[in-house]
Amino acid sequence: MHSFWYRANAVLTFGVTMLAAMCTLASISDNFNLPSPSAEVKILNINWFQKQANGNDEVSMTLNVSSDLSSLFTWNTKQVFVFVAAEYETPQNALNQVSLWDGIIPSKEHSKFWIHTTNKYRFVDQGSNLKGKDFNLTLHWHIMPKTGKMFADKIVMTGYRLPEEYR
Amino acid sequence: MDWQGQKHAEMLMQIFLVASAVAAFAIGYFMRDFRLMMLIYAGGVVLTALVTVPNWPFFNRQPLKWLDPSEVEKHPKPQVSSNTTFSSSKKKSSKNK
Repeated sequence: MHSFWYRANAVLTFGVTMLAAMCTLASISDNFNLPSPSAEVKILNINWFQKQANGNDEVSMTLNVSSDLSSLFTWNTKQVFVFVAAEYETPQNALNQVSLWDGIIPSKEHSKFWIHTTNKYRFVDQGSNLKGKDFNLTLHWHIMPKTGKMFADKIVMTGYRLPEEYR
Repeated sequence: MDWQGQKHAEMLMQIFLVASAVAAFAIGYFMRDFRLMMLIYAGGVVLTALVTVPNWPFFNRQPLKWLDPSEVEKHPKPQVSSNTTFSSSKKKSSKNK
């Protein structure tokens, strides 16, 4: 502590150490948040359902997603990435996941949302297995913190079924 | 800055930084505002730097007591005469030739 620059260096390094400690505590404090999110997805219409020239089934549908993710937000949350995936089983794959819609929720004020949309990304199967297929729609989310650990979770909604015939 | 001043400066720095970190975290956590925490802590770091980094008069209250200058006169440093050094260097250079 004998010179100006030695003291300046000591303040800076110890200051950054304390900053790291604060950020660690902020990340740990996220674990005390027990969220209770809710979500509902309705399929309003199957717009069309056909087999592509290469033999893969493709569906276009209109979805209504309503969700309340406000309880996911803590003081250490930067944003929440959310996506809806169709999940189903085929003989080739134990789990197929097709992302149909996604979004970024920038703040708690936008975390209660209701959206009416056709699938943003194409729902194409690897093969021709979609006729009369039972599938789940799953709302996945990734909580991106300002500092520290990222959390991910999902809500699975069951009981959706594709039509028996192409249209 | 004297010895006691250096000790005080280091202690003050640590106390100030820990206190501002604790205060910033507590306020930020209870106000649910991460930015506020960072601003309070940044303020604390600037304040700490202002208090402990410059050489304030506060840190110079116990100056070291050096020996009296008269002691130096009683025991003078051995002086090297310029003549001897000059001749020896000349000898060396002539040898190299």
